[in-house]
Amino acid sequence: MIIAFIQRAILLGIPLLYGSTGEIVTEKSGHLNLGIPGVMYVGGISGVTGAFLYENACGNNIENMNPFLAIMIPLLASILGSMLMGLIYSFLTVTLRANQNVTGLALTTFGIGIGNFFGGSLIKLVDSEMPSIILTKTSDFYSKTLPFADNLGWFGEIFLSYEFLTYMAIAIALIVSFVLNRTRIGLNLRAVGENPATADAAGINVTRYKYVATCIGSAIAGLGGLQYVMVYTDGVWSNDAFGDRGWLAIALVIFALWKPTVAIFGSFLFGALCNAHNYINGLGVATQELFKMLPYAVTIIVLIITSMRKKREHQPPEHLGLPYFREER
Amino acid sequence: MATAAIELKNITKTFGSVVANKNVCLTANRGEILSILGENGSGKTTLMNMISGIYFPDEGQIFIDGKEAVIASPKDAFDYKIGMIHQHFKLVNVFSAAENIVLGLEEEGRYDIKAASARITAICQQYGFELDPKKKIYTMSVSEKQTVEIIKVLYRGADILILDEPTAVLTPQETQRLFAVLRRMRDDGKSIIIITHKMHEVLSLSDRVAVLRKGEYVGTVKTAETSEAELTEMMVGKKISLNIHRSEPKDPKARLEVHHIDCSNREGALVLDDVSFTAYSGEILGIAGIAGSGQRELLEVIAGLQKSDSGAVLYHNPKTDNVDNLQNKTPLQIRELGVRLSFVPEDRLGMGLVGNMDIVDNMMLRSYRKGKGAFLERKAPKDLAEHIIEELEVVTPGATTPVRRLSGGNVQKVLVGREIAASPTVLMAAYPVRGLDINSSYTIYNLLNQQKEKGVAVIFVGEDLDVLLELCDRILVIGSGKVTGIVDGRTATKEQVGLLMTKTEGGEVHE
Repeated sequence: MIIAFIQRAILLGIPLLYGSTGEIVTEKSGHLNLGIPGVMYVGGISGVTGAFLYENACGNNIENMNPFLAIMIPLLASILGSMLMGLIYSFLTVTLRANQNVTGLALTTFGIGIGNFFGGSLIKLVDSEMPSIILTKTSDFYSKTLPFADNLGWFGEIFLSYEFLTYMAIAIALIVSFVLNRTRIGLNLRAVGENPATADAAGINVTRYKYVATCIGSAIAGLGGLQYVMVYTDGVWSNDAFGDRGWLAIALVIFALWKPTVAIFGSFLFGALCNAHNYINGLGVATQELFKMLPYAVTIIVLIITSMRKKREHQPPEHLGLPYFREER
Repeated sequence: MATAAIELKNITKTFGSVVANKNVCLTANRGEILSILGENGSGKTTLMNMISGIYFPDEGQIFIDGKEAVIASPKDAFDYKIGMIHQHFKLVNVFSAAENIVLGLEEEGRYDIKAASARITAICQQYGFELDPKKKIYTMSVSEKQTVEIIKVLYRGADILILDEPTAVLTPQETQRLFAVLRRMRDDGKSIIIITHKMHEVLSLSDRVAVLRKGEYVGTVKTAETSEAELTEMMVGKKISLNIHRSEPKDPKARLEVHHIDCSNREGALVLDDVSFTAYSGEILGIAGIAGSGQRELLEVIAGLQKSDSGAVLYHNPKTDNVDNLQNKTPLQIRELGVRLSFVPEDRLGMGLVGNMDIVDNMMLRSYRKGKGAFLERKAPKDLAEHIIEELEVVTPGATTPVRRLSGGNVQKVLVGREIAASPTVLMAAYPVRGLDINSSYTIYNLLNQQKEKGVAVIFVGEDLDVLLELCDRILVIGSGKVTGIVDGRTATKEQVGLLMTKTEGGEVHE
């Protein structure tokens, strides 16, 4: 049972890891994108749309589907959709200098609206009896795991039994961490988020860094939506089923102190906390809801502790949420 | 003589209708330290910003090593090997010194912070800096941060260095260390330009001095061939008569006594050092000094906005004849003691008024406690607003216009009007005519004079010596947080005040 619990926690944690890695990249450029829930939702529905079109093009017959295309089409559609959301956000907040919080919240509402619109339209198209789209064929391709994992006992089950999107999430988090801390691009990006005036004076193109970071961050976050629908729900999209995972991803950024490597373990912990109530016997409905609150409670505790310790490295980027004017020149 | 490292010819720069620099000509040679001396607002920083690519001159030419140069951005300045160390450091707090120094550089090859650190250490050894490349900026003292800024430009290969008031934030010991480094760089053939208004530094450090006054170039002299008196005269110029009305103080009585006030800023540096004076009723006490010498802190300590370390602020209540100590009381406590203190702060739309609120609401900021019951009393502030608009001829579409939409002069009239309406016994005004046109300025002078004739103790912090000498009965001169002298406004000369202003703590320390 413990192995199942761990597997479940990781499965639940991966969308959060995508979301928070993406949000970390964005926040390092000084932009607090509260639109992440919307971005992830759009990432999910874009992937669904891509998969839906490809399945239809192949006559809904798994024999006709090319495994490579079955994976790449939804993947690219998802990236495209969420990047577009990132582009809207960066145009509003970087170029027009709109308030980041308001823009982000609007983007969340907008993204969920768009997602439900396309979701609803697709459901109408297939004329299904249930209010959902079922893409089990595409999901099958996404759910391929390593064939030899089963032969390796508990080790294989805990470490090697996952779908490629799980390993990709961890790989992206590690790459982002490396880029941020060990490369000149990362140094420049962090400088933009900490003190854009200084970065500007040092000859860094602040606007470009902010745009690129926001769009790449959104693309990464959107993959969380794709993983949710292709792996977690086995290819079943229902409107509004995604829940509050986007907000959890933002909470995870704070929990991880803006470090992608910490976010990896944080996402597993959040996944475990979200799921703990299913593994404890005899809980009433009310107690279950209390358990679901745990990730947020843990985030608040982390915030209190880091605020008390006042370590500067554990604080958000100094200019997070503030627009940058170059002043007169 | 060899070609100058940098030569400016007839540089002119205007901001709107304000002329910041007019026909400035200047040369700086290799292997020399040039000081640029001038009062506040004489255009020193604007001029240097044009060399470092932050502004672009409207007219005139810049020559570098004899060739005409176009410097349109800070990057162009880097390419001409010009490095400027600004007064406000541009550093990323959570980065280490080395990370800040290499930031934005596009070097060949891999990003290698260790190699960069080695080069930084080499530069430090060459010029005698002390710096740990791994140290984080937020743990550094101001002096260390400045070192990082200087190494940053040296790392980029600068050989013309411009320092904007580098000693303003340093202790005397740190200043000495900086000067030693600058001299070593000069001997290394670099050209160093330092902006300052501290006379002793000019005399002890530089080879030549260029003087600016109100945006115009006055001249350049060799330090060895000049004197403090000559430089002061070049800096302050001849006295101009302004015909500001000044009446004799009537029946002056001690109203506010400030005894031995010490005050430190957040970094722990002393910004007010043993300040003592007495302000009398029915007189205007002027406060003169270079900007940032402690004027702001002094007024804020009196108004209860800042805590002082020691000393006393004694208030003689004219109604009850009580003497109260206001030191380290909050503004509310001061008001509850029955002290009628009005303060016109320097930062009008930040501390004085709320820009997005209209004139009536801004009046209410001072009276909101007066209403009965839970609701605000709106009638009285509305009448007051209309009274001020009429009396002081505030140009506004109406009393319900947000003050941020008014011009600077009208904003100031609203603020001064409100403070005077509280019928104060002490009125403090910091730079009340800054940015105002002549007519508005005279309106403010008249208002201050009216208050003085009513028996109010007026404290006027100013920057224009001509105004101070014509308006004030006595002038207190403050230099680096110390009172360097109190002179009679009727008999003092401009040179006398100018000398007191530039006489800082350096006098004792550098002996």
